[in-house]
Amino acid sequence: MSELLEIVREKLQNKFEGALLNAEMQYDYPVFTLEKSNTKVILQFLKEDPDLNFHFLTTMCGLHHPENAPEQEFALMYQLHNMPKNWRIRIKTYMSKQDLDMPTVTDIWKTAGWMERQEFDFFGFNFVGHSNLTRILNMDEMNYHPMRKEYPLEDAMREDKDDKMFGR
Amino acid sequence: MSSIAIDIHPTYKPEGLEGQGFFATSLDKVVGLARKNSLWPLPFATSCCGIEFMATMASHYDLARFGSERLSFSPRQADLLMVMGTISKKMGPVLRQVYEQMAEPKWVLSMGACASSGGIFDTYSVLQGIDRIIPVDVYIPGCPPRPEQVLEGILKIQQLAESEERRRRESPEYKALLAKYGIE
Amino acid sequence: MATNRASYDETQYSTLNLGPTHPATHGIFQNVLTMDGEIIVDAVSTVGYIHRAFEKLAEHRPYNQITTITDRLNYCSAPINNMGWHMTVEKLIGAEIPKRAQYMRVIIMELSRIADHIVCDTVIAVDTGAMTGFLHMMQYREAIYEIFEEICGARLTTNIGRIGGLERDFSPKAWDKINVFMREFPKALTEFQKLVDRNRIFMDRTINVGPISQEMALDYGFTGPNLRAAGVDYDVRVASPYSSYEDFQFDIPVGTNGDTYDRYMVRMEEMWQSYGIIQQAIKNMPDGSFHADLPEFYLPPKQDVYSKMEALIYHFKIVMGETEIPKGEVYHAVEGGNGELGFYLVSDGGRQPFRLHFRRPCFIYYQAYTEMIKGGLLSDAILTMSSMNVIAGELDA
Repeated sequence: MSELLEIVREKLQNKFEGALLNAEMQYDYPVFTLEKSNTKVILQFLKEDPDLNFHFLTTMCGLHHPENAPEQEFALMYQLHNMPKNWRIRIKTYMSKQDLDMPTVTDIWKTAGWMERQEFDFFGFNFVGHSNLTRILNMDEMNYHPMRKEYPLEDAMREDKDDKMFGR
Repeated sequence: MSSIAIDIHPTYKPEGLEGQGFFATSLDKVVGLARKNSLWPLPFATSCCGIEFMATMASHYDLARFGSERLSFSPRQADLLMVMGTISKKMGPVLRQVYEQMAEPKWVLSMGACASSGGIFDTYSVLQGIDRIIPVDVYIPGCPPRPEQVLEGILKIQQLAESEERRRRESPEYKALLAKYGIE
Repeated sequence: MATNRASYDETQYSTLNLGPTHPATHGIFQNVLTMDGEIIVDAVSTVGYIHRAFEKLAEHRPYNQITTITDRLNYCSAPINNMGWHMTVEKLIGAEIPKRAQYMRVIIMELSRIADHIVCDTVIAVDTGAMTGFLHMMQYREAIYEIFEEICGARLTTNIGRIGGLERDFSPKAWDKINVFMREFPKALTEFQKLVDRNRIFMDRTINVGPISQEMALDYGFTGPNLRAAGVDYDVRVASPYSSYEDFQFDIPVGTNGDTYDRYMVRMEEMWQSYGIIQQAIKNMPDGSFHADLPEFYLPPKQDVYSKMEALIYHFKIVMGETEIPKGEVYHAVEGGNGELGFYLVSDGGRQPFRLHFRRPCFIYYQAYTEMIKGGLLSDAILTMSSMNVIAGELDA
């Protein structure tokens, strides 16, 4: 799979000078780290280029790294797949808590519609241009983003479970 | 092939006075007998316990032999609300509305650990037990409970149905119970 | 005569709430439909009624306790989820699993795939009114439950296997039950096929109902039988083989229209293919150990724990979660009952994952449901949903 890393790295460096911050192999996946500002353009290129042809968005998810520097606290991960050649890559981009705006990729892959809503629901990413960016899995009245590390797993209102006994 | 003498009791008889062409017993017992053998359950199946309920309804562990042949999906026509599966906080108002739409007498069976107490999901989005919003009669523990446990739960509901006083639903204790949940 | 023809179309639409509690939606999903008589004009979907916060829960549980959470994803075929999770962790720690354990895993996964497809296909038939098939075929799902019970003790939420293999070899009684199942299943499935496959009523109800084209299916991220019914032969077992699937010979059934009938037939044919895989696995079952040699992750046998010192120490470390887990991020996908079930695991070396994201096929393809039912009748909408095999546990996680 490291040939795939080289192929994609070369293509990206030819077309977008200096946009690629990092390229490495994580187990069997090439992982490319990009700047947030040109992520969408690069994702569109990855889909439309006839050699690369990453026509399938397998999944995307958000990550929260409170231990990182503030500009790298939140991250988004996209996994792309080229079925005929069985190529899979991962794209990551980091951003800070104050700057969670990200252009939507629903015009590139329709499947991102609900995936982006889920990441908005869990982390608070604001996908600019999404047609219906509302909470999807949690209740609409919820006023915080539960997957962030500062919030606990348990319901804050429950009174019958004794935290001392449950080792929390 | 020899014939075997089988002692058949089609259904058990309540205590009473029997004679040629008549059987005298108290009204409560007859009403109880009729009620317990013709419960119409409403399967409020949300997750994995719903699949075990499907297995209970299928022919191996037939539920229909206990009288619950006709499942009612409309709360207005159901007697027994079987809550099977995790109830999240988003679903709570829906469950409450379904419960309030049922007519008296009604019983509630909470099947599985998630419905009884939240189960393994001690999280911010799961209601930790349906008895926070509606009164429950029988709890069936298990994750998911085996079909035999479900059948035992139904049998306990049947015991409750047959031994209930006829005027219980109008008694002040029952009204106090409903008032505790905020149900009029 | 002036009639209100101009305003006829818009003001005559009615709104129907195909609400969360509905007998025929298998799981709790709400669809608010805008209808023109019986024809659906528009639909808005609401999900999340059984959101149990799996991803957050997984950040607070040690690695071997997460298997119980993965059970509850697609609970109709829970062993596939368990095996997928174990394979993800084995990829992270770089473990080699012996061939015998891999073949045993294949048998278990294919049995659960058959169980999942039994439920889906019989329920499609029930939704068209044919209850008989459901009652007959559930007996075989019970037989599979009994096999699982013999292997691991539980019927539905199985928690089968351990990181590094399986917890025990198949007992002779389990082999008996598997052989009995393998003998009797073809006859029952043929009977069910004869009842339903070329049945005129069933075909009228399901052909051209809820179709989806290949391009739209790929754009919406479909995988699994739904994508194969639309014509794309993508199967994770063939594209990126795991657990020795490359040793087995099987075909991938593919449909043409992507409608309900194709989805039903693809699942039916997949059951036959899974049956063939299990036959091959039983015939070629290699000898060897049923677990890898991973003292750091796989609990040692109890007689060693009570007699040898290092087994005691390993047991303590595993149970208390003191083992060293490498840092890194890994993604592993398995072919679940509904498509590509992926696990994205980010580990920071602690005893709990830093982030675990599930790529849930039901969540991804259910988006397309509102598109698929537009222009159809209400009864077609019900059939489309049951043919897509939407499992609430996997959708909401």
